[in-house]
Amino acid sequence: MNEQYLNVFLEEAKEHILSLNQDLLELEASPEGYVVDEIFRSAHTLKGMSGTMGFNKISQITHEMENLLQEIRSGNMTITPEIIDTLLEATDVLESFVNTIAETGEEGKQDIKSILNKLKRSDLTYISNEQNDTQLQEHHGFNEYEGRLINQALEKQLYVWKIIIKLQKECLLKSARAFLVFKTLENFGDIIKTEPPVQDIEDEKFDSEFTLFIVTSENRENIKVALESISELESIVIEPVNKVEGDEKKQINRETKTDDNSSNSQHFNKTMKMTKTIRVDINRLDKLMNLVSELIIIKTRLEGLNQDSDIQKKREALEYLERITSSLHDAVMKVRMVPIENVFNRFPRVVHDLSRDLSKDISLTIEGAETELDRTIIDEIGDPLIHLIRNAADHGIESPEERIQNGKPEKGNIKLKAYHDGNNVVIEVGDDGKGIDVEKIKEKALQNGLLDQSKQTNLKQSELLSFLFEPGFSTKGQVTGVSGRGVGLDVVKTKIESLGGNIEIKTAKNVGTTFTIKLPLTLAIIQALMVMVGDEKYAIPLDAIKETVIISVSDIKKVQHNEVILLRGNVIPIVRLYNVLDIEKTSSDLESLTLVIVRKGDRDVGLAVDNLIGQQEIVIKSLGDYLKNIKFIAGATILGDGKVALILDTNALI
Amino acid sequence: MTQEVNQFVEFKLGDEVYGVNILQVKTIERMMPITRVPKTPPFVEGVINLRGEIVPVIDLKKRFDLPHTETTENTRIIIVTVENITVGMIVDSATEVIQLSKDDIEPAPDMAGGIDSSFLDGVGKLDDKLIILLNMSKILKPQELDQLSHI
Repeated sequence: MNEQYLNVFLEEAKEHILSLNQDLLELEASPEGYVVDEIFRSAHTLKGMSGTMGFNKISQITHEMENLLQEIRSGNMTITPEIIDTLLEATDVLESFVNTIAETGEEGKQDIKSILNKLKRSDLTYISNEQNDTQLQEHHGFNEYEGRLINQALEKQLYVWKIIIKLQKECLLKSARAFLVFKTLENFGDIIKTEPPVQDIEDEKFDSEFTLFIVTSENRENIKVALESISELESIVIEPVNKVEGDEKKQINRETKTDDNSSNSQHFNKTMKMTKTIRVDINRLDKLMNLVSELIIIKTRLEGLNQDSDIQKKREALEYLERITSSLHDAVMKVRMVPIENVFNRFPRVVHDLSRDLSKDISLTIEGAETELDRTIIDEIGDPLIHLIRNAADHGIESPEERIQNGKPEKGNIKLKAYHDGNNVVIEVGDDGKGIDVEKIKEKALQNGLLDQSKQTNLKQSELLSFLFEPGFSTKGQVTGVSGRGVGLDVVKTKIESLGGNIEIKTAKNVGTTFTIKLPLTLAIIQALMVMVGDEKYAIPLDAIKETVIISVSDIKKVQHNEVILLRGNVIPIVRLYNVLDIEKTSSDLESLTLVIVRKGDRDVGLAVDNLIGQQEIVIKSLGDYLKNIKFIAGATILGDGKVALILDTNALI
Repeated sequence: MTQEVNQFVEFKLGDEVYGVNILQVKTIERMMPITRVPKTPPFVEGVINLRGEIVPVIDLKKRFDLPHTETTENTRIIIVTVENITVGMIVDSATEVIQLSKDDIEPAPDMAGGIDSSFLDGVGKLDDKLIILLNMSKILKPQELDQLSHI
C-alpha cells in the first residue's frame, strides 16, 4: 500500500479518534446539544477513510458506532453512561487498531466481535428492529452483554424466563404467530435474546419451534396464560434461567485488554520511527516563502558587488543578510511549534477514567492550551504529565467523604496550566487535594538512609520534597492500581531533565500540591559556551553554566584524592576535562586554571578547560543511532567553518 | 535463463579487494576533517559533517584488525545506510562498480583476508579476482559497538 496515503490516513485517524474522545466526554457532561452530530461525523469520516484504505475492522466498528449514534440522533435512544462507556471503549479499540497499523501497516488480528456486539446491544428495542449480522452473532449461549443483563436482572429480583414455543404443524403464517408471541411478551418485559435470531423468525427461517429469553417482573403462570390465548401454538414451555457464569470470561477479556495496552506502550518506540509529520498553518509557510525570496534577492545583490564596490555597500548587504537569516530562523522555528493542546487533549479522557476507577469525583481545568512548544518536546512530555495527573488523582485528591469532612467541595479539581516565561515554557499540574505530608517524607528518608539523623533538623521543605524524586521512594504504603504501576517520579524527573527542563514541587497541607515543570521552548537551537580542551572544541549549554572563573593552581586543595576549590565558601569539585574525555594535553600546567562552573540541582562542579572561545547559538544535532548513549556527550553541532563540535552532557559530568 | 545480478562497490583495504552492495551505499566522499568522539571503541574515528548531517565514521581496517596504512590521495569515505543507520567507512580506495551474479558468489571461508566470516556475505569471483563481500548489517550492529565499548 502506498505509504504516503498511509501516513495521511494515520494522521487523520488519530485526529478523529482524539475528537471522538473529547466529544464523547462532552456528550456525557451535557447530553443535550449538537455534540452527537460531531461524533457522528467523526465516526462517519473514519468509516469512509478506513474503507478506502481497506481496513475493514475499523470500518465495521465505526459503522456500528454510526448506527448507534443514529438512534440517539433520531431520539429513539437516550444517552446513558453505559452507552457513553461503550462508545469510549469502541474508540479505544479503534485507537489500538490505528496504533497497530502505524507499526505494521496492517490491522492485525485483534478480535472485534465483543465490541461489535456491545455496540449492537446498547439498546434492546433498537436491536430487535435492526438487521443482524449473522456472521458475527454468537449462536450458542449468551454473549457477555446478555450475560450481564441477565445477572443484573436477577440481582434486581426480576425473573428471567426461557420460553420455548412450538407451533402447530399446520400453522400457515408462522411469522405472524411468532409476531403475536413477541407482541404479547413485550407487554411483560424485555426480550433479550431469541433463537434463532429475530430476523430469521421474521423471515420464517425456522422449523416450528423457537426460543425466547425474557426479563420480566411477571411470574410464570401469568405469562403462560397470556400466551395460551394465542391460537395455533402446540406447546409452551417456560423455564427459569439461572445466573450466567460469564464473569470469569469477562475477567479474562479485561486482562487481555490490559495486556494490549502495555504492548501498545512498548510499541510506542517503534511507532516513533515512522516519519513524523506536522501540520503547519499555511500563513507560516507563506512567511517562510517570503523570507526565502528575500534571501534570493540578497544573493543577487551580493553577486552584484565586486572588488571595487565601496565598503559601506558591502556592509549594508551583510547586515541585510543577517537580518534575513535571523527572521528565517524564527520562521522555521515557528513551523516546528505545536500548541500544547495536542498533549492536553488526551487528559480529559484520562481524568474521566481515573475518577471512575478511583470512585472519586474529579474535574479537570485546562489553561493556556494554546501555548506553543517544539514538536520534539510535545512528543516526549505526554507520559510524564500523565504520571503526574495519575499521582494527583490517586494520592492528592481525597475521597468525596473526606473532602466534605474537611469543608471542601465534594468534587476535586486537577488543574493543568501552561504559559510562556521568557525562553521557557512552564507547565503546572496542580490539585486541590490533601497535600504532601512532609513529615512522612522525613520519616521515610531517615528509614531509607537518605537522611542523616543529625542533619534532619535544619532541612528546608523544598529539600525534603526533593527526596520524592529519588528512585524507589514512595510514601504510600501500598501500590494502587492507578499509580505505582507506571513510571516513578524519578523517571518523570529524568525525562524532564533530558529535555533540558526541571521540575519543582509546592505543597500545602489540605490546600493541594502543584508540580511546576519548566521546559526550554525548543530543543533544536540553544545558546552555548564554546571552549577549547587540548586542540578540541566543545560546546557547553549555557543553561547549565553558573559562572566561569580563573583560579590559581595553588588554591586547589585535595580531598580524598579529588581536587576541589573553595569558592565563596562553597567547596566545588574540579573535573579536568582532558582526563575525562581522554584528550591529549597540549599545554603544560600553568599557574592559573580556567573553570566553567556548571550546576545540576544543588550541586556545582568546576570543569577545567584550556580556553574559553565565547558564547554562540548552536543547532543541536544528534550523533545518530550508531553512536547513541555515548557517555558525557549530548550531541553535536556544526560550526561556522563546517567542522563538527561535540556538545557536553554536563549532567553526566556531575 | 536470467540470473539475479547484484552490483557491488569495489574498494580496497591494504592489498585485499572488498565489495559492498551498491544498494546500501549512499555516497562516496573524499577524506574530510573528522571530529573525534571520546568514549567510543578505537575503530570509531569520530563524526563528520556530511552536508549538514552528522555522520559517524569508522575505520574498517581497525574494525577488522588489519594493518594500518597512511591516508593518501585515494583514501575515501564510503557512506552506507543499513537499517536506518548511516555510517561512513574509511577505505584505502574505492575503485569501481562490479556486477556479480549469484553463481559468482561462494560462501566465505572461515577467515577471508583475516576477517571473521560472520562479517562476510561471501566471496565473489570476477575474472581471476576475489572480492570479499561484506555483510554491513552485521558490521554496523549497535550491539557489537556496545559490547566492544565495554571491553
